[in-house]
Amino acid sequence: MSFLVDSVIMVTSQVLFFGFGWLFFMRQLFKDYEVRQYVVQVVFSVTFAFSCTMFELIIFEILGALSSSSRYFHWKLNLYVILLVLIFVVPFYIGYFVVSNIRLLQRQRLLFACMVWFTFMYFFWKLGDPFPILSPKHGILSIEQLISRVGVIGVTLMALLSGFGAVNCPYTYMSYFLRNVTVSDILALERRLLQTMDMIVSKKKRIAMTRRQMYQRGEDQNKQTGFWGMIKSVTSTQTSSENLALIQQEVDALEELSRQLFLETVDLQATKERIEYSKTFQGKYFNFLGYFFSIYCVWKIFMATINIVFDRVGKTDPVTRGIEITVNYLGIQFDVKFWSQHISFILVGIIIVTSIRGLLITLTKFFCAISSSKSSNVIVLVLAQIMGMYFVSSVLLMRMSMPLEYRSIVTEVLGELQFNFYHRWFDVIFLVSALSSILFLYLAHKQSPEKHMAL
Amino acid sequence: MASLDRIKVLVLGDSGVGKSSLVHLLCQNQVLGNPSWTVGCSVDVRVHDYKEGTPEEKTFYIELWDVGGSIGSASSVISTRAVFYNSVNGIILVHDLTNKKSSQNLYRWSLEALNKDSSPTGVIVSNGDYDREQFAENPVPLLLIGTKFDQIPDNKRNDVLTRTAFLSEDFNAEEINLDCTNPRYLAAGTSNAVKLSRFFDKVIEKRYFTRDPSQMTGFTDRKRFNFKSLHYD
Repeated sequence: MSFLVDSVIMVTSQVLFFGFGWLFFMRQLFKDYEVRQYVVQVVFSVTFAFSCTMFELIIFEILGALSSSSRYFHWKLNLYVILLVLIFVVPFYIGYFVVSNIRLLQRQRLLFACMVWFTFMYFFWKLGDPFPILSPKHGILSIEQLISRVGVIGVTLMALLSGFGAVNCPYTYMSYFLRNVTVSDILALERRLLQTMDMIVSKKKRIAMTRRQMYQRGEDQNKQTGFWGMIKSVTSTQTSSENLALIQQEVDALEELSRQLFLETVDLQATKERIEYSKTFQGKYFNFLGYFFSIYCVWKIFMATINIVFDRVGKTDPVTRGIEITVNYLGIQFDVKFWSQHISFILVGIIIVTSIRGLLITLTKFFCAISSSKSSNVIVLVLAQIMGMYFVSSVLLMRMSMPLEYRSIVTEVLGELQFNFYHRWFDVIFLVSALSSILFLYLAHKQSPEKHMAL
Repeated sequence: MASLDRIKVLVLGDSGVGKSSLVHLLCQNQVLGNPSWTVGCSVDVRVHDYKEGTPEEKTFYIELWDVGGSIGSASSVISTRAVFYNSVNGIILVHDLTNKKSSQNLYRWSLEALNKDSSPTGVIVSNGDYDREQFAENPVPLLLIGTKFDQIPDNKRNDVLTRTAFLSEDFNAEEINLDCTNPRYLAAGTSNAVKLSRFFDKVIEKRYFTRDPSQMTGFTDRKRFNFKSLHYD
C-alpha cells in the first residue's frame, strides 16, 4: 500500500519537473525560434525531469521520506531510464537531425542516423579503456559499465565548467579589473567605424559604376568590327577589370576592418556599462562578493593541488567534520544526529539548486550565442545530453558531501564504482581548467588595453 | 557636403532570415553562394534608375545597409548598432516566412531604428503594443520582404499570405514574398520588380523632391552631437 502512495508521489513530482523543463525550453531556449519538431522538446523535458528526480531521491533519502524499499526501487528505475535516454535516445536523435540537415543524405535518413549511433557507441565503449574505473568482476553488459563511462564524461564536464566558473566569477564581479573607458573613447571609435563604412560605400559605388559602364560598353563592343577594333576592346576591358579586382581587394580589407571596429566598439560599450553598474549599490555588493569568491577559488585550487600531490582522498564529509569541530573543539553539545540530518539536507539542497540553476543559465547563454535556425534542434539535443551527464555525475560526486549513513544508498544503487577515482579525476581536470582559464583571462586582459591605447 | 548626396536604406530583420542573400541579389543580380553570419554591418550599392522609361529618367546609387544581429542582443550591441541608424531614407524589413517569430520581431526592429534614442520599448509602445498611427504618419518609407517562400508547404501557403497581408497593413508598407536563391522572383516585369522599383522611387522622392523640414523628425539629438564632435577637430 505504501508503495503505491510513494509511487504516486514520485510520478506527480516527475510530471511537475517535466512541465518545468517544457516551460524552460519554450520561454528561454526557443524564444526566437519556432518549434517544428516536438520530439526535441519532449526529449529535452524528459531528460530534465529524470535528472531532477534523482536529486529529489537524494533529498528524500536524507529526510527519510517514503519507505526505503520503494526508494530503492525508484532509484533503480530512474537510473535505468536515464541511462536509456542518455545512451540510446538522445544520441540517436542527434544523429538523425544532423543527417537531416545535410541535403545529400536526406533520403536514407534513418539508415545514416543508425550508422552515426553505432559510431557513437563504439567511441563511448572505447572511452572505458584508459581509465581504471572498473573491477574485473563485472560482466560486459552490466549497468556499471554504462554508468562508469557516463560518469567519466560528466565529471570531466563538471570539472571544466567549475574550473572556468571559479576563475571567471571573481574576474567578472570585481571592478578592479575594469579598464577605464570614457565616452569620448567610444565616440572616437564610432567615428572611425562610420568613416570606414563611408569609404566602403564610395568604393562600391565606383565598382558599380565601372560595372555598369563595362556592361554598356560590352553591348557597344559587339558592334565594333575589324582587327583594330578587337584589340582596342580587349585592352580597355582588361584595364577596367584589373581596376575592379584591385578595388574589390581594398573593399574586402576595409570590410574586415569595419568588422573589427564594430566588435571593439561593442566591447567598449559593454565595459562602460559595467563601470556604471559597479557604481550602483548592487554593483558594490557584487564587488565585495568577488573578493570573497576569489579567496574561495584560490583555496579550492590549493586543495586540489594538495589532493593530487599527496594522493589524499577525503574520508569524512564537511558536515560531519564541521560537527566534530564544533563538538570537540568548541565544546558545544547538541543532538548530533538531528542536526547532522538537517544540515546535510540544507547543504545538499543548496548544492543541487545552485548547480541546476547555474547549468541552465550557462546552457541558455551558450545556446543563444551559437545557435541558428538550422542547427537549433541539434544544439538543444547536445545540451540535453550534457545536462543529463552533468546531473548523473553530480549525484556521483555528491556522495562525498553526505554523511556515511546517506551514502549507502548511492553506493548500493550505482554499484561498486571506484568513487575515489572520480574525485581524483575531478581534481585533476579542475586544476587544469582553472589554471588555463587564468592564463586565458590574463592574455585577453593584457591584449585589450594595448588595442585601446593604439587608437 | 558629400553626405547630402547619399541615399541610405536600412535592411533589418532577425538573424538568419536572409538579409545578406537579399542584399546581394538586389545589388549584384546574382545569388549569394556562401552566406555566413554578418558581423556588424555590411553595405552594398544598388544602381537604380529613377522613373525608368520616362524622359525624367536619372541614375541614383542607393546604399543598402545590412545590419546584423538579433533583437535580443546585449545592450552593448544594441547601443553600438544605433550608430548605423543615422540619417536613414528608407527601411526594408525582412522576415522569414517559415518562422512566425521573425515576423513578430519586426515591430521591435522598426521601433529600434526609428526611435533610436529611446529604450527598445520606447514612448510609443506600452506592453509590447505599438501605435499604428505612428506608422501611418511615418516619414520613412518601409518595405516588407518575406524570404524562403519556396520552403512553405502548399497547404500552409494561404495562411502565411494572409498573415503577411496583416503585417503589411500594420506597417503601411508594400510586401514582397520571394526566395533569395532564385532571381526569377525579381525578374524585370514581375509585380515584385515593379513594387521594388516603386519603393526606391518613393525613397528618392522623399529624399530629394520634398524638402520638408518635418522630414527631420525621425532624427534625434544624437546626430547633432555627432556634428559637434566632428567640428571639434
